[in-house]
Amino acid sequence: MTLPDPAVLLPRMAAELKRHLQAHRIDTPRFVGIHTGGVWVAQALLAALDSEEPLGVLDVSFYRDDFTQSGLHPQVRPSALPFEVEGQHLVLVDDVLMTGRTVRAALNELFDYGRPASVTLVCLLDLDARELPIRPDVVGQTLSLAPDERVKLLGPAPLALERQVLA
Amino acid sequence: MTGPKRVPAMTPNDAKRPLQLNDQGRLRHFLSLDGLSRELLTEILDTADSFLEVGTRAVKKVPLLRGRTVCNVFFENSTRTRTTFEMAAQRLSADVITLNVSTSSTSKGETLFDTLRNLEAMAADMFVIRHADSGAAHFIAEHVCPDVAVINGGDGRHAHPTQGMLDMLTIRRHKGGFENLSVAIVGDILHSRVARSDMLALRALGCPDIRVIGPKTLLPMGLEQYGVRVFHDLDEGLRDVDVVIMLRLQRERMQGGLLPSQGEFYRLYGLSTARLARARPDAIVMHPGPINRGVEIESAVADGAQSVILNQVTYGIAVRMAVLSMAMSGQTAQRQLNSESEEQI
Repeated sequence: MTLPDPAVLLPRMAAELKRHLQAHRIDTPRFVGIHTGGVWVAQALLAALDSEEPLGVLDVSFYRDDFTQSGLHPQVRPSALPFEVEGQHLVLVDDVLMTGRTVRAALNELFDYGRPASVTLVCLLDLDARELPIRPDVVGQTLSLAPDERVKLLGPAPLALERQVLA
Repeated sequence: MTGPKRVPAMTPNDAKRPLQLNDQGRLRHFLSLDGLSRELLTEILDTADSFLEVGTRAVKKVPLLRGRTVCNVFFENSTRTRTTFEMAAQRLSADVITLNVSTSSTSKGETLFDTLRNLEAMAADMFVIRHADSGAAHFIAEHVCPDVAVINGGDGRHAHPTQGMLDMLTIRRHKGGFENLSVAIVGDILHSRVARSDMLALRALGCPDIRVIGPKTLLPMGLEQYGVRVFHDLDEGLRDVDVVIMLRLQRERMQGGLLPSQGEFYRLYGLSTARLARARPDAIVMHPGPINRGVEIESAVADGAQSVILNQVTYGIAVRMAVLSMAMSGQTAQRQLNSESEEQI
């Protein structure tokens, strides 16, 4: 099975996101990307939507639930949201959605900034291996991998997906 | 097996690696800056930078140490260090207890060892130790509770590593780096654990010009091993420096005959506006606090535009958050490594 090309998926995702936002009457969505791949996907989506909106950046390392198992990620970057979260409609963007734990951590972190009016979840790939009741609103493509396989997004330009086999 | 198994204090690994690092080379205790690599110090500063951002949020708390207990054990009084450690632990969502041992059991005759054994039995995950004797934190990490992360909050004349790192964060945030800097440390170097930690950190981070300024009676022997230049004249030593770190003159030192008088010290080594003019125009002034106005620093300088003394306090919380979370993570990883190797046997 070959991995899809993000350049093919992104225009379709942008169109679907636009439809989704219109259907939910969201005029001014605030974009938030999860470090690092999610930020690249969010930038590509904003470009595809011809949007100049500032992009929020989230590093969820301080919110992960596997801190006791895997420790602190050595390169934690500051989160930066250049807008109010309170009462806003957020579009949360990640590259690969798998167990849903990263999104859980991101939601917790977002709520520490304020109470958003809504959160729309956008992912480039869905690996369909959820361990939590989290579902994306817009997905580039859904894939099923072997248990020892992972997918990594390389970027920022050009974006490309790479298959990895766990040691 | 019933009950928790006590890990022997001296494992074979101890001879091969520094006490404060785990088998993966990650921080496990934080006792001294001696022997820590530039990479590790930079990682502490980078992590602290991220935590600084947490301090600007509506909710200034992250759930990293939720369910963990941090125990501040202060055998020596300190307001700033104690409260910033408490705040750091609380912002990481840990539970915090602070014991001022100087006013509790030790006055009833309990030994340091017994006090800590009791605290360990209360299932503390981390100790922050402040003690008037050099080496106290090291002793505790080595012999009392090797599987509890121990953070040195200042021990005697030896080290105050979190103060050293918050000074480095202050310098990096205001000066951008260490590569082309001249830094002067002024005052009572002999009794200062802050000076020792600062010198070690500056050297490890690649600062090319570290100067130490003070009267001969307040400078320790063998300063050269820190790679510093020694000055006895303040005007000469301050020439063109980028950073001035003032130290507190501990009034109790006055009795030892090391100084003629407080007034004399201020005349020779006090940082006044005129004196500061010798440094670069954009030089910053730092002080670990508490400051003695008119003893080592003029009020106009302490409150002036070049002073970053209060910024240091803010940075201190972020640095302590970084050290607490990194040591807790390294200690947890080590426990896992230990239990894995036990399973293999």
